Amino acid sequence: MSLLSCSGLGVTIGSRAILSGVSLMIDVGKVTAIVGPNGAGKSTLLSCLAGLREPSAGSAMLDDAVLSGMKPRDRARRLAFLPQTPEIAWAVEARTLIELGRTPFVGARGQTEADRGAVDRAMKAANVEAFEHRIVDTLSGGERARVLIARALAGEPEWLLADEPLTGLDPAHQLDAADLFRGLADQGVGVVVTLHDLSMALRMSDRVIVLAEGGVLADDPPASALSPEVLRRAYGVEATLTQGPGGPLIDVVRRA
Amino acid sequence: MKPISRPLLYAGLIALLLVLSGVSLIAGKVWVPFSAWTQPDIDPRWAIVFELRLPRTILGIIVGAALGLSGSVLQGYTRNPLADPGVLGVSAMAALGAVLTLYYGVTAVAPWALPVAAISGALIGVGLLMLLSGTASSLVTFVLAGAILNILSSAGVSLALSLAPNPWAVNEIVDWLMGSLADRSFEEVKMALPFIIAGCGLLLTTGRALDALTLGETGARSLGVSMPVTRWSIAVGVGLAAGASVAVTGVIGFVGLVTPHLLRPLVGARPGALLVPSTLGGAVIVLAGDVLVRMTPAAGEVKLGVAMAALGAPFFLVLLLRLRRKIA
Repeated sequence: MSLLSCSGLGVTIGSRAILSGVSLMIDVGKVTAIVGPNGAGKSTLLSCLAGLREPSAGSAMLDDAVLSGMKPRDRARRLAFLPQTPEIAWAVEARTLIELGRTPFVGARGQTEADRGAVDRAMKAANVEAFEHRIVDTLSGGERARVLIARALAGEPEWLLADEPLTGLDPAHQLDAADLFRGLADQGVGVVVTLHDLSMALRMSDRVIVLAEGGVLADDPPASALSPEVLRRAYGVEATLTQGPGGPLIDVVRRA
Repeated sequence: MKPISRPLLYAGLIALLLVLSGVSLIAGKVWVPFSAWTQPDIDPRWAIVFELRLPRTILGIIVGAALGLSGSVLQGYTRNPLADPGVLGVSAMAALGAVLTLYYGVTAVAPWALPVAAISGALIGVGLLMLLSGTASSLVTFVLAGAILNILSSAGVSLALSLAPNPWAVNEIVDWLMGSLADRSFEEVKMALPFIIAGCGLLLTTGRALDALTLGETGARSLGVSMPVTRWSIAVGVGLAAGASVAVTGVIGFVGLVTPHLLRPLVGARPGALLVPSTLGGAVIVLAGDVLVRMTPAAGEVKLGVAMAALGAPFFLVLLLRLRRKIA
């Protein structure tokens, strides 16, 4: 079993402490959501856990290896990261873009049969086979988001860390993405996402970590992590947990 | 335009290169047919071929290859189709280095001073470019950093011209700045070739990193690409390749800009797949340009750098307009 963890993690940018004293242990096979108000350090924490940012204090570890000390290629083989505002610089075919997910595996001789197989499976999982040969510029926002998810899956990682993967998706595609993450977790992948939509966090995750003022305010199963008390302290709003027809909902009533 | 298969593209470019090399040996103010080549005792024109046109052709190929490859690597790295050693001020910095040696007249005593100074200038240029644009290498910071380098080096060149000790030095500097392959010998080939091979070799290793950079710097890092290694390879590679080119031919602009742009649709836009075609394509374009300037009906010869700029500037404008339409 793989374990992603951090202990005493702190990040200071300039003179501002973004995060301090964050200690977490995250298991594979679950969807873990990180929520919190703007500026709480969600993305910063995620990039530390992805090994892309070296913490100013403490450390982030993958099993017993310090992430910022790992060889980039070894880390990339085990852990995939989806940035918040993904950039696609050139007008390449969707398949070419997804093949980039094999970068940490491809040797000097180029792609092997195994690489092509992994790309095919990733395309199937993200449901993007229909536009394999379309140029990414011509895809809609939702289609492009799915292609980028397929890119992350092409490495068949143990861990998938996604920064705001639902932002910019319409409700139907949000549900598709949530189902996809759930399916991955059921197959044993460790999924860690940052989210803004609290109701989605409530529905799609096994565990919610609430960040506020640079530290962990709550870290529990969704219903207890997103209690009215926590939401008041984290966001400064009065909110109630209600039971909607499709599952639990968080109704934000007013500013506290 | 649809991407075409890689063997076909390579074969086409190599065939074009071979044909142009042949034309480059034959064509000019004096036409030398193949029949003259094999009879050195009877036909004196063979000397034109082997002592003037052969080094000129080889230089055209290696300088074009260096500029084409540098351009496609810089475009891949900056994710910006407007980047090339000229636009980003690297060639201008190399020229400044070379002009300083011409100004002080050290080239007469130490012929190696000029390429060393040009390569140092180029290396300082790329180094400053990386430093000025920082780790958050956005399009704007890169172009601004390039503009600063261009201004800095043209000021330096102007200063050297205005303070030049004698008209002869001014003449030499101006003549050299315009960029040309005329009257070069095997000395220049020997001078540039090792540096260009080393630089291009280094640049050709960056293909996979450039591919990954399609997803931006964060995306590339998450795929296990080491940005410091990539940055160093590009800085040293472009410094050596573009610096050595400027050292032997002066500034020949726009090759690095135009070549990748023309070939990009043929390789499906993947930056790594563009490197070898751009190397071949740069050689083709410089060779074609050089054959054309040799055949222009003028008393003297039009300088290759001038001709390339005359063709390249409108091209740059069209590129800019198209980019603007895309953004708007």
